[in-house]
Amino acid sequence: MRYSLRDARFRALVFQVVALGAVAAAAAYLVSNTVANLESRKIASGFGFLAREAGFAIGETTLIVYSAADNYLRAVFVGLANTFRVALLGVALATVLGTVIGLARLSSNWLVSRLATIYVEVLRNVPLLVQLFFWYAIIAENLPGPRAALDPLPGVFLSNRGIAVPTLITEAAHSWVLAAFLLGVVLAWRVAVWARRRQARTGAQFHAFWAGVAIALGLPLIVFLAAGAPMRLEVPALAGFNFVGGATLTPEFAALLTGLTVYTAAFIAEIVRAGVLAVQRGQFEAADALGLRRNLVMRLVVLPQALRVIVPPLTSQYLNLTKNSSLAVAIGYPDLVSIANTAINQTGQAIEGIAMIMAVYLTISLSISAFMNWYNKRIALVER
Amino acid sequence: MSVQKKGADPVSWVRANLFSSWGNTLTTLVILYLLWKLALPFLDWALLEAVWWSPDGKACREAKGTGACWALIADKHRFMLFGTYPFEQQWRPALASLIFIALYIVSALRACWRPWLALVWLGGLAAIGVLMWGGVFGLVYVENGRWGGLALTLLLATFGIAFAFPLSIFLALGRRSTMPVIRSLAIGFIELIRGVPLISLLFMASVMLPLFLPEGLSIDKLLRAQIAMILFAAAYLAEVVRGGLQAIPRGQYEAAQALGLSYWRMMGFIILPQALRISIPPLVNTFIGFFKDTSLVLIIGLFDLLTTIKVSLSEPKWRL
Repeated sequence: MRYSLRDARFRALVFQVVALGAVAAAAAYLVSNTVANLESRKIASGFGFLAREAGFAIGETTLIVYSAADNYLRAVFVGLANTFRVALLGVALATVLGTVIGLARLSSNWLVSRLATIYVEVLRNVPLLVQLFFWYAIIAENLPGPRAALDPLPGVFLSNRGIAVPTLITEAAHSWVLAAFLLGVVLAWRVAVWARRRQARTGAQFHAFWAGVAIALGLPLIVFLAAGAPMRLEVPALAGFNFVGGATLTPEFAALLTGLTVYTAAFIAEIVRAGVLAVQRGQFEAADALGLRRNLVMRLVVLPQALRVIVPPLTSQYLNLTKNSSLAVAIGYPDLVSIANTAINQTGQAIEGIAMIMAVYLTISLSISAFMNWYNKRIALVER
Repeated sequence: MSVQKKGADPVSWVRANLFSSWGNTLTTLVILYLLWKLALPFLDWALLEAVWWSPDGKACREAKGTGACWALIADKHRFMLFGTYPFEQQWRPALASLIFIALYIVSALRACWRPWLALVWLGGLAAIGVLMWGGVFGLVYVENGRWGGLALTLLLATFGIAFAFPLSIFLALGRRSTMPVIRSLAIGFIELIRGVPLISLLFMASVMLPLFLPEGLSIDKLLRAQIAMILFAAAYLAEVVRGGLQAIPRGQYEAAQALGLSYWRMMGFIILPQALRISIPPLVNTFIGFFKDTSLVLIIGLFDLLTTIKVSLSEPKWRL
């Protein structure tokens, strides 16, 4: 390497040193400004405020017990739990709805495919925030009060206080049923392994899938019936001005979940459609020519290829849904961002609050993208 | 996926696409029945029972639940479109919005894709700036805290993309660079921004940015939000541009280097024209997504179109 700007390597080195220096200088400038500003505004930095009493109530506490006398740290964890609750449910529901709509768009029935197209185009092109306000307005303002609640299914009540649904009164037998189900899943998996080994060894086939389903569902059913089929529901009942008993989805949660689900489903529908269309016709025909049965064609030939196209954008939609759940702050659902925002407003600890939000979302994003890289590597086409 | 060829007669088209099997026939009939059941009440609500004119909102309250209240739009459209912009000056944001729309239309016409289009844009944006701010040519000065409605939405989106796009090209080139420091800086920036929700960036812009600036210097809320949106859009666009860069075969780079072109000439004349061309469809997707995302400034209290409509709805006169 010659120490001259005409040498490409030296030039690259100089360029990088200059760039790093510029970034470091800018960072130092901002930090010094921030420190000076914090001092002049008498704001103490650091995360000490998390141990102080929060003093605000949270409308939704499902997993973590919380009261206004608890500290900020606990409040933040309640927010985190609420974010995860809506994100996980949203991901599950949006996947199902999106797959159905995506396949409907490929339907040979003109009406079905047109309706699915309209769904996708309308939902994709209206900002999510508008949709959230729409659902929230429908639930919180247009539904009748608890006394005149709509009753679409027995035990389910729709009112402007939210959606009240019956819950199962848990008894000891239910944990046995759950244990039987888990045992059944493990057994089904063992059967599948055994069937695969036997087929590799002898060529004899075994209906491992249906046997597995029978074991995984039959075992808990037998336990359930043996325990005398205990099924007592706690049905919500009107008491005073609201429903008591059962479980109530608050209007905020219901609106957020609906909005996130139908919005993300429109994107997932397009991903599913693209994935199915990406499998060439020749692949179907080749599988047919090999004499594979219909379900084997799907399982062994089409799905593996379609999933290779579907999974990467699908995970990024899951990520989008999780990030979009931060719009909860606009309709008053106490998710992480909304609670951190309240904490910022009360304590003035802006930097710490924002840092917490960013750290949480970055952790989620980076773990999902790490998973995606691993998956991509696993399923990538092996070339030469 | 209709297999029917175009130009077939209607009867066989209907048979092939709606009634090809028992299952299909049943589906078609069920959907038609549901559409019929839903469409009639909707038309009733939206047109027949709707209130079109009611200055005091009384007729709307009476029609609650049975008819739409279009009278709200008749009454509040000025506020929805222009926010708190001084009433007698509202022709200025109206004209500015029209200029924006004219610029979009001109840019969509292939015949206008000439070098002078850039000049048209510069002139258009300058005119918009003059119209919105005023203070010259006898126009009254209007501070940007009073801007709102449609003009603000178009402004945020257009300037956001205009600044984010060039920035994103540099970020994408940085991420593809062979220099490790440049590459890690670009990756760090892109992943940091893409990993967090836009709301947290907007909060950061509205509560943290003032702390970053030296004492005495402050920038207004609109500009802070605009900076956050530019950084956000740049990170997403950079990934799209990178996709385009990756799709260019190695031979193109090697051929450019064999000609003795410098890095910037190679990128400017050979690589980027091809890469940007193939990234146009995903770029447009990102632009549309970004345009929708401008509605999030509602959360930090800017009066964009969504905010003005929401504020109009909450006025007691129109509460139902």
